[in-house]
Amino acid sequence: MAKEDAVHAEGLVKKFGEVKALDGLDLVVPRGQVVGLLGPNGSGKTTTVRILATLLKPTQGIAYVNGFNVEKQSDEVRHSIGLTGQYAAVDEFLTGRENLRMFGDLYHLAPAYVKDRSEELLEWFDLSEAADRPAKTYSGGMRRRLDLASSLIAKPSILFLDEPTTGLDPRSRLGLWGVIESLVAEGTTVLLTTQYLEEADKLADDIVVIDRGRVIAHGSAEDLKDQIGGDRIEVSVSDITRARDAQAVLAPVFGGESLITDSLISGPVSGSTVLVDVVRLLDSQNIAIADLALRRPTLDDVFLSLTGHGAEDETTGKPTSRSKRGRNR
Amino acid sequence: MSEIKTLSTSAPIAMSRPLLGWTFHDSVVIARSTILASFRIPEALFFQLIQPVIFVLLFAYVFGGAIPIPGAEPGSAADSSLYRQYLMPGIFGQTVAFAAAASTVGLAEAMQKGIIDRYKALPMSQSAALIGNTLANTLRQILVLTVLSITGYIVGWRINDGILNAIYAYLLLLLFAYTVTWVGAFVGLSVPNTETANTAGLIWIFPLTFLSNAFVPIDSLPSVLKAFAAFNPVSSLVLATRELFGNPTGYAPGADPGFWSLQHPIAYTIISCTVVIGIFAPLAIRKYRNVSGR
Repeated sequence: MAKEDAVHAEGLVKKFGEVKALDGLDLVVPRGQVVGLLGPNGSGKTTTVRILATLLKPTQGIAYVNGFNVEKQSDEVRHSIGLTGQYAAVDEFLTGRENLRMFGDLYHLAPAYVKDRSEELLEWFDLSEAADRPAKTYSGGMRRRLDLASSLIAKPSILFLDEPTTGLDPRSRLGLWGVIESLVAEGTTVLLTTQYLEEADKLADDIVVIDRGRVIAHGSAEDLKDQIGGDRIEVSVSDITRARDAQAVLAPVFGGESLITDSLISGPVSGSTVLVDVVRLLDSQNIAIADLALRRPTLDDVFLSLTGHGAEDETTGKPTSRSKRGRNR
Repeated sequence: MSEIKTLSTSAPIAMSRPLLGWTFHDSVVIARSTILASFRIPEALFFQLIQPVIFVLLFAYVFGGAIPIPGAEPGSAADSSLYRQYLMPGIFGQTVAFAAAASTVGLAEAMQKGIIDRYKALPMSQSAALIGNTLANTLRQILVLTVLSITGYIVGWRINDGILNAIYAYLLLLLFAYTVTWVGAFVGLSVPNTETANTAGLIWIFPLTFLSNAFVPIDSLPSVLKAFAAFNPVSSLVLATRELFGNPTGYAPGADPGFWSLQHPIAYTIISCTVVIGIFAPLAIRKYRNVSGR
């Protein structure tokens, strides 16, 4: 049964010296589906993709890609996959067309086929005009598109996208999402890693949340949001010394554990009159409000709720400037 | 991208297995791309060519009169002309030794940028990335040696022992370049980043080229350094090319250099190159298989 899935991994462990990057990770990607691997930096997303793409050997565990064992049948696995990394791995001194030709040749495809396929991809990715310019002159979004085009030259049935939109501006991100959706519509299986819940939400049928090398939650985006209890309220008080008072006075409003970071109090809520209640309760204690918001949960909330730390915290536990300041959206 | 177009879904057409096998095919693809890319950085190419030319001019005109060559009156016009004849093979040797730098920097860069990752996820030959890179950096030396030979000719260097021997000399220089590019490849895959590749990765080339007979006869060196210089393959390479080009060797006619490596410079050069490739090519390929980029 393991061989029927596009990706089937069981009990993956990867140690780098003393550090355990993966700690018994299980993952299944059914054929034709998009699975989003969601997690903070250092959670093991990239390590997982690198093992599945035959770039790393697992310390323990077993993985099949397209029915082939990643360790014993790495050549067959490489014929089945396309890999697009976090950094656009194209030769920046070669033109777009030359890059595609090089990768096509290295996939051992017939020269005439590579030529036709390159033209098709350049057009599809809106790179025809830039095709004869060195990739060095491309924008970030164009490079990422060329990178993705390079992994599609051999029409792989399984695509690994490692943080495909990290560092892209919103417009390029939307463009790339459109491309990925079209590929999926044509039957490509996609394993996508991302730090953005929104991205996983938009593209993935199924989301696997990992932290410290293990799967900590699994389900659709809605499942995950429901799991942490719906909407959240965030109140920022003007006087930081009164934050604790505010948290106490708001206790009846929160449907679960509330958190306090400097002057910001946040927690899960339900009901439609909750904003009014918050204002009334704080006013009754003469606590001035600097900012007040009701919002849908984000990946950060999922992480806080599942792991007790934010999505952008490093697993080393060192406070980052962001986690010190509070949460980011 | 905005319009809804669909990509063709017909199966990709594979290439039939080439006569010389996939490793050769893939190496040629990598070499072709590496050479093509190097012509896209005209500044880098220019400086790669200009550096040895500056060395020729510096040594020919600045140090030329100060280094005595047996067979001419020190300080005479004949002496400085002889020194230029003596110097050019030394510059050739030094220049090809620096071919290693291109492999070190190129591979460290490819690793840092994730290109090696991409190669490794392709169903290509696992040694081709290195064979292609070393091949490209060796072939590029043909251009460098051409420019250098023309410069040499202008300052008075001549090929004095026939075209066939000259071809042997150039082939020997290219063999040496190919050898050091493998060492360079190993170093490039071993350093943590491109910055280190640019500095520490090249540092071994300087003593290698200067502790040799490239610029001064080694008889003037203290005995320990002299022994090192005598068995330094740069010395045997330079001496062999001096003999093959018919240039002054730094030894009086019939004099015994006193070391086997310099009594049989061609043989010693070929043997030492073979040994070094035999050690560093497998080391570099093993390193390549085990590196995980970035």
